[in-house]
Amino acid sequence: MKIHQISVFMENRPGQLSHPCRALADAGINILTLSLADTQQFGIMRLIVDNWQRGMDVLAGKGYLAKATEVAAIEVANEPGGLARILEIIESCEMNIEYMYAFPCARGDKALLIFRFDDPDRAISALTGKGAQLVREQDLPTR
Amino acid sequence: MTSAHIGTQSPSTLNGPDFLGHESLRKGQLARLKAIAKLAWDKVEPYRARMQNASVTPDDIQSLDDIARLPFTVKTDLRDSYPFGLLAAPMSEVVRLHASSGTTGKPIVVAYTAEDMQVWTSTMVRAFHACGCHRGDVVQNAYGYGLFTGGLGFHYGAEALGATVIPVSGGNTDRQIMLMKDFGPTVVCSTPSYFVHIIERAGELGVDLRTLPLRVGLFGAEPWSNAMRRHMEKGAGIKAYDMYGLSEIAGPGIGAECCCQEGLHIFEDCYYPEIIDPATGDVLPAGQEGELVLTTLRKAAMPMIRYRTRDITSFVCEPCECGRTIRRIRRIGRRTDDMLIIRGVNVFPSQIESALLAIEGTLPHYELVLTRQGGLDRMEIRVEVTAKDFGDEIKALESLRSRISAGVAATVGIHAQVSLVEPHSIQRSTGKAKRVIDNRNV
Repeated sequence: MKIHQISVFMENRPGQLSHPCRALADAGINILTLSLADTQQFGIMRLIVDNWQRGMDVLAGKGYLAKATEVAAIEVANEPGGLARILEIIESCEMNIEYMYAFPCARGDKALLIFRFDDPDRAISALTGKGAQLVREQDLPTR
Repeated sequence: MTSAHIGTQSPSTLNGPDFLGHESLRKGQLARLKAIAKLAWDKVEPYRARMQNASVTPDDIQSLDDIARLPFTVKTDLRDSYPFGLLAAPMSEVVRLHASSGTTGKPIVVAYTAEDMQVWTSTMVRAFHACGCHRGDVVQNAYGYGLFTGGLGFHYGAEALGATVIPVSGGNTDRQIMLMKDFGPTVVCSTPSYFVHIIERAGELGVDLRTLPLRVGLFGAEPWSNAMRRHMEKGAGIKAYDMYGLSEIAGPGIGAECCCQEGLHIFEDCYYPEIIDPATGDVLPAGQEGELVLTTLRKAAMPMIRYRTRDITSFVCEPCECGRTIRRIRRIGRRTDDMLIIRGVNVFPSQIESALLAIEGTLPHYELVLTRQGGLDRMEIRVEVTAKDFGDEIKALESLRSRISAGVAATVGIHAQVSLVEPHSIQRSTGKAKRVIDNRNV
């Protein structure tokens, strides 16, 4: 049930964003969604790609500092309250959200969210118990 | 006379001068000091002129304390006499010329007669023995061969030791590692920063240096900390020994650690050490810290009288358990010309290195960039992030940055900007590491 996300360390200077993305592109790897966390001096680019193991190899091969992190993908209703409801469930389980972001394209009446919990196994089992819709890695939308 | 000749002597004969009784040692030193003062007076015009200015003649040297009457020699004296103004022997007797890695202006030239080469080589053998090396060792020499005294100094010493020598020189790290695997050296000689680089590269190549026959490393040519030593010993499964030398005196082999590793024994039958107050020039009482001054007692081609090394150290007063009677100096942590003055505060790069290494998760790849903005000095410490540091969360990296900043402020007393940079963005050294980029004088 856990999704593998690639995090890449980048210094805050020109070219830092495009080069790793170009490296992935040249290897034929598609980025499904991403998030960019930044400070004044450096940033972390978080990517969900269509082949995370190959993505890691490509980035490591080019000398980037990349790590694979386990995150959870949760499907919610694509309507007002869709996000608020899942957040309330998460809070009721007393779990801490490190960060979250969404897939860009809703699929009809469903929106897909990525959550990073500090204990992903515990989070996934608790949320499943409360009826949340966890999405498997192989079922992520690739287009 | 070649290094083969030295090699036929037994270790106890060769190392004999390390263990001389004090009276014999001092008697020999005084006799040689008188001779070298006379040689300088007779043969080297700049020395005679300086001695005349100081109203001293070779006859005034009646005791070892009288050395304080002789004027100092400084680096600019060597630069001013470039190339051969300080030679005491005719060029026909000079069998070797070396030049030091001058970072400013012209290089410093050093010259050796055949006998000077013998003396230099025999001190190198004594150094190898002190560091636990012996006939039959296989020595990989990764010091640069050429005008730099390191490469050939270690080479001749290792040959005379009776070792099998791999004269690989510096650079081409992948090949160094391949040789370590395939040729199985037991001893490696290189600069400490380059060996750190070798360990790192070996890790990337999946080579575990700890499983190789490598047993001992002899490191010098730049200052390196005890923390760095532990990192090297752990990473390569070796004992890492400090070697002291400088080209102006001879090259490597001025001093070396012994198995006790509590200071470096100076081969003082050949190189007479003094510690002075760098501000006044006064000789300091034994044990007090000051600038190391060296006088060559046995060099014929280019005697050095009271050469100010700019290295800060002190004598270790207690007798060494190894039994050597030649005095020890503390490991050189800093030099007077490594010192930086940032916003009026004296800062030594080695202090910053200790602060960095004390903080968990920091590899010793860093550089200091100094700039002047709006008339104020600024120091930026660029530190490479490692896989160990990087765990996907911003706050972990921010925490690392502030810990480094706090650690440095606590150690040196000034606030520095800390920049975390990508792996391999700081230039690796194959020789001496250039850790400080001072852009303030542009």
